[in-house]
Amino acid sequence: MDVVLDFERPIVELKRRIQQLRELQEANGVDLSASIEQLEVQARRLQENIFGKLTPWQRTQLARHPHRPYTLDYVDGLFTEWTELHGDRCGYDDHAIVGGTARFKHLGAADDGLGGKPVLIVGHQKGRNTKENLFRNFGMARPDGYRKAMRLFRLAERFGLPILTFIDTSGAYPGLDAEERGQAEAIARNIMEMATLKVPVVCLVAGEGGSGGALAIGVANRVLMLENSVYSVISPEGCAAILWRDRAEASRAAEALRITASDCLSLGVVDEVVPEELGGAHRYASQTVAAVGAAVRRHLTELLPLSTQELLDDRYDRFRRLGAFDAA
Amino acid sequence: MSQGTRWFEQRRDFVASVPPDSAPAAGKPETPELFTKCPGCAEVVFNDVLVKQQFVCAKCDHHFRVGAVDRLRALCDDPPSVLLHDADLLARDQLGFIDSKPYAKRLVDARKKSGRNDAFISVAGPVAGVDMEIGSFDFSFLGGSMGAVVGEMITRLFERAADRKVPAVVISASGGARMQEGVLSLMQMAKTCAALARLRDAGMPYVSVLTHPTTGGVAASFAMLGDVIVAEPGALIGFAGPRVIRETIGQELPAGFQTSEYLLEHGLIDLIVSRPQLKPTLGRLLRQLLNLPPMG
Repeated sequence: MDVVLDFERPIVELKRRIQQLRELQEANGVDLSASIEQLEVQARRLQENIFGKLTPWQRTQLARHPHRPYTLDYVDGLFTEWTELHGDRCGYDDHAIVGGTARFKHLGAADDGLGGKPVLIVGHQKGRNTKENLFRNFGMARPDGYRKAMRLFRLAERFGLPILTFIDTSGAYPGLDAEERGQAEAIARNIMEMATLKVPVVCLVAGEGGSGGALAIGVANRVLMLENSVYSVISPEGCAAILWRDRAEASRAAEALRITASDCLSLGVVDEVVPEELGGAHRYASQTVAAVGAAVRRHLTELLPLSTQELLDDRYDRFRRLGAFDAA
Repeated sequence: MSQGTRWFEQRRDFVASVPPDSAPAAGKPETPELFTKCPGCAEVVFNDVLVKQQFVCAKCDHHFRVGAVDRLRALCDDPPSVLLHDADLLARDQLGFIDSKPYAKRLVDARKKSGRNDAFISVAGPVAGVDMEIGSFDFSFLGGSMGAVVGEMITRLFERAADRKVPAVVISASGGARMQEGVLSLMQMAKTCAALARLRDAGMPYVSVLTHPTTGGVAASFAMLGDVIVAEPGALIGFAGPRVIRETIGQELPAGFQTSEYLLEHGLIDLIVSRPQLKPTLGRLLRQLLNLPPMG
C-alpha cells in the first residue's frame, strides 16, 4: 500500500493523472502525447519546487517513510552470499538489529577491487507493516541487539573484515526489560569498544538517527548520511514535549535541533551527504541503494590502505574535534 | 528542594584557585537559613550539622543534592592545593538554539546563578593518598547536562589520567546530553568514551560514581563504563526516564524501579556506598587495584 505524505500529495496526484492518460492512450489508440508531455513537465517542476525546499520536519517524515530502503534492502542490492548471524550469547536475539557477513558484488569491468571481498554488515531493521514491526520492535533495539552487534564487530576484527553499519532507528527501546538488562551500559559499551576496532568502519545514516541508540553502531571512520535522513540527540517530538511542553511543536523543534543531513555535514558530524533523487528514497529505492553502494565503496577504498594505528587515530580524531567552545 | 539546600549549593569556600570573577553574583546578599527539613523523614536539621554530615540526613540516610565544589572538597585530601582544570572553557551556541529562551541567554543566566562556566568541575590531586584526576557534575547548572564543554572536560580528564598514569574518578549527576547543543552533544558520548578506552590501554583504573540522577546520554556513555561502578543510595539511574518508559509500555513501573538498589539487584553496578563512606571506599579500592599499601 502506498503511503503518501501530505506535502507530496500534489505530485503523486499529478503522476496518477499522467498514468491515467497513458492508459487511455493505450486503450483507445488516441494520441495524447502532447498533454502527457505537458503534464510531465508540470510534475517535474512541482517536484523540484516541493523537494527543493523541504523543511527539517518534512525531511523527518521522509526519513521515517515505510518505503524507504532498510538495511536488508541494501544487503540485497549491494552484496552476495549474505549470511545472517544471530544472538548475543547471553540469552537473546534482538530482531531490531540484523548482522551478518557477505561479499561485495562484483561490478565486472568497472570493479574497484572490492568485488568479492568479504564484509561484516550490521544495521537497524524496521518492518514495513504491523506484523513485521512487532517482530522488529519498530527498529528499536534492546541491549541484546547492541551486544549482538558488538559480538559481530569483534568477529570482523579478528578476521580482518571491514565493517559497514546502517543506522535507522527512532531510538533505543525505552522499555522496562531493556532497562533491566542494562540499556545504558550496552550502548555505552558499544560506543567505547567501537572506538578501538582495528578494522575500517563505515557507517550510513539511512533514515532516522535516533540518539544513543543510533550512535551505538555509529562510531565509524566515515559517517555518511542520506540526503533526507536525520540525526539527532532527541526526537523532535521528545524535544518539543520537554522544551515547549507540547509535542505538536515538533516541527519547530526539528528546525531548532539542526537534524538534517546538510546541518550534520556543516557541523562535522557526518563526512558526506549521499544525494537522493528528487521525490525521495522511498520513491526511488533502487537508485538510492546504488548511490549508497558507490559512496560506501569509495570510502572503504580510501580506508583500506591505512595501517591499524592510522585507522584508530583517524577514528579518535574524527570524534575528538566535535563540539566547539571558547576559552575565557 | 527547599531554600536551605539551595543555599548549600551556593557555598564555595572550597577552591581558592577558582578565578575571583566566578564569585557569587554581586548585589544579592546571601541570607543563609538555619534549618532544612529533610524530604526523606521530615526531620528538621540544622544546616551546620548537615554540612558536617556531607548533606546526609543522620536520621533516615536521605542524601541531599550536593554541589560539585562541596562534593570535591569532601573527597580531596588537601582541597586548597588541588589543581583546577579547564574551568575557563565556555560553551558556544553553535546551533543558534532558541526555545522559550535563547540558549545563549540560558548560558549567561546559569553562569551568573552558579558562579561557574558549565556543569562540571575537574581537579587533580590526592584522594585518600592516591593521586588522581577527579571531576564532578553540578546538577544545578542546566540539569548537569552534557554539551561540548562538559564533554571536552571529561575527555581531557581521561586523557590527562592516561598521560600521567593515574586513576580517574567521575561523579555523575546529570539528566543527559544537552538538547540545546543538538547532535553535537550526542557526539560528546563518543568523544569521552574513546578517551576512556585510551585510559584503559594505559592500564589505569576508572571509578564511576553515580548520584541522583544519572540518566540519558551520560548514563549511556562513561557513567556506566567504570571499571568499578559505585552508586549513592536511592539515586535514579537509567537510560530512559520513568515517564517515557511508562508511556511506552502502558503500565505502572515496579516500586523502586531504576534506583541504585534496583540496579545492584540486577547486576548493573558494583556497590552502593553512603556518601560519608565514599572517600574511604575509593581509597581502599584504588589502592588495592594499584597494588599500593593500605592507608597508614
